[in-house]
Amino acid sequence: MSMLATTPRPPAASAWAATLTLGWRAMLKIKHVPFQLFDVTAFPLMMTLMFTYLFGGALAGSPREYVQYLIPGIVVQTIVFITVYTGVGLNGDISKGLFDRFRSVPIWQPAPIFGALLGDVFRYSLAATMVIALGIVMGFRPAAGIMGVVLAVALVIVFAMSLSWMWIIVGMLVQSPESVMTSSFLLLFPLTMGSNIFVDPRTMPGWLQRVVAVNPVTHLADASRGLMHGQAAASDIVWVLVASAVITAVFAPIAMRMYHRER
Amino acid sequence: MSPAIETSALTKHFGATRAVDGIDLRVERGAVYGLLGPNGAGKTTTIRVLSTLLRPDGGWARVLGHDVATEPARVREKVSLTGQFASVDEDLTGHENLVLVARLFGYAWKAARARADELLAAFDLTESAAKQVRAYSGGMRRRLDIAASLVVTPELLFLDEPTTGLDPRSRNQVWDIVRSIAGGGTTVLLTTQYLEEADRLADRLAVIDHGRLIAEGTSRELKRSVGSNTLHVRLDDPARQSEGERILRQLLGAGVHAGSDPALLTARVEGNDRIPAALEALASAGIGVAELTLGQPSLDDVFFALTGKGQEPAETPGTAAREEALV
Repeated sequence: MSMLATTPRPPAASAWAATLTLGWRAMLKIKHVPFQLFDVTAFPLMMTLMFTYLFGGALAGSPREYVQYLIPGIVVQTIVFITVYTGVGLNGDISKGLFDRFRSVPIWQPAPIFGALLGDVFRYSLAATMVIALGIVMGFRPAAGIMGVVLAVALVIVFAMSLSWMWIIVGMLVQSPESVMTSSFLLLFPLTMGSNIFVDPRTMPGWLQRVVAVNPVTHLADASRGLMHGQAAASDIVWVLVASAVITAVFAPIAMRMYHRER
Repeated sequence: MSPAIETSALTKHFGATRAVDGIDLRVERGAVYGLLGPNGAGKTTTIRVLSTLLRPDGGWARVLGHDVATEPARVREKVSLTGQFASVDEDLTGHENLVLVARLFGYAWKAARARADELLAAFDLTESAAKQVRAYSGGMRRRLDIAASLVVTPELLFLDEPTTGLDPRSRNQVWDIVRSIAGGGTTVLLTTQYLEEADRLADRLAVIDHGRLIAEGTSRELKRSVGSNTLHVRLDDPARQSEGERILRQLLGAGVHAGSDPALLTARVEGNDRIPAALEALASAGIGVAELTLGQPSLDDVFFALTGKGQEPAETPGTAAREEALV
């Protein structure tokens, strides 16, 4: 017990150091519990295989042509699905008392939230890499090369970060990580299926076309496709950036207020 | 110098429940102070207010000279909290958990790793340093949790039920740790449901019930308020409980009662000299005794003496924590 003797106290951690450390923790969790990444990516990967080989020929002439259309959209779906883990992780930290530990430490108080978001960026990038790797095996050839793919993934991540704020709120509201998951499907299924990720909406009924047209995920999928294939429309990119800004502007202040009230 | 903790009419409610209902407390520096009370008495809420995790609704509290409501950051710089449920990350290894906390306290990466190694050694966890905490026993988890609270030596350490759910060996280890922390000059405020624990560790105690402080003093003073020892006799044959009760009452007086446990008889005894005779009487009546304990009064007994009623049935701890977290 001699080690318990008083030790010199280091200078307080900067906001950045605290955030970075908590982001490091999020990465360690992915390393130790990789299943958490695979169970959400497995579904989009299955959808990729199913849609490409079952319907690809009928939808786009050949599976190979269809995969060029599908992969940029599946990247969107995968990452949008994973945003729920922001809420699941936060909820787990609160119910296990870890949050108490973080908040009783003299750090910049929002660091646990921003650290989690930082870890999410890593998670999103990893998942996008998996999807694109599968796509390339299946014949996906992005015309804009690596730069285009990186820009597309970056744009999807910007949008995903804005959605994360909603999950932070849900994570603080509900009782268990399982309820966060359940509530996620109610929102994320319609959001990703009611878009043009899988098919061109031209053959859909008129009312559905209108829904698809205002769904931010549609614009995100268009922008992702455009960036990966070198035909990006500035309007789609702007639309996505504005939507992300609006979602963040609405939900981030609510989330931060709830977070501060927790104490 | 200001006391470690000073509160006046401290109040915290959740909806209609007054979890803390006007507590006046004064804890001097350098002491081990115990908050004793049953589940749901308001111990955890008191600690959460004092460690700035909850804002008080009424009254005030000063910790190491700083008001918890207006200067929470100053308080956080000087205190450490070990919550009721080991607040370590189960997915990470023991070493990673300590590096994480050390980094949050401002250690550089290399120094953080060195500090983690030191603490793991001090808490006898070096062998499990690279294992995920998920695989730790309750005692190991609790030690790791306390180690995390000592990454930087706090002036005041809050320990919320540090030994609840631990086996006797782990409990003794934690007691040694607490003594050693206090020996280093840190003030310790711990909550407990066990009088024995409070008795062994705490210099002074406050007994809390329904959010109110109902008694305060040294454990000797508190036990004097109960004024007797307690004898527990477990019978071989539950069917003979009432017969055994009659025999004991003849020899030990009116303080004998049968509990809800059908094989158990409890007696309050002033001295020990009449116990052998009582046991002989049981033996000659052919009533076998499976287990016999003579000890100091339980918290239940102290409670009975202080409030005139027994302890309330325990709540599920998880629910209580969740309710608080949501407020």
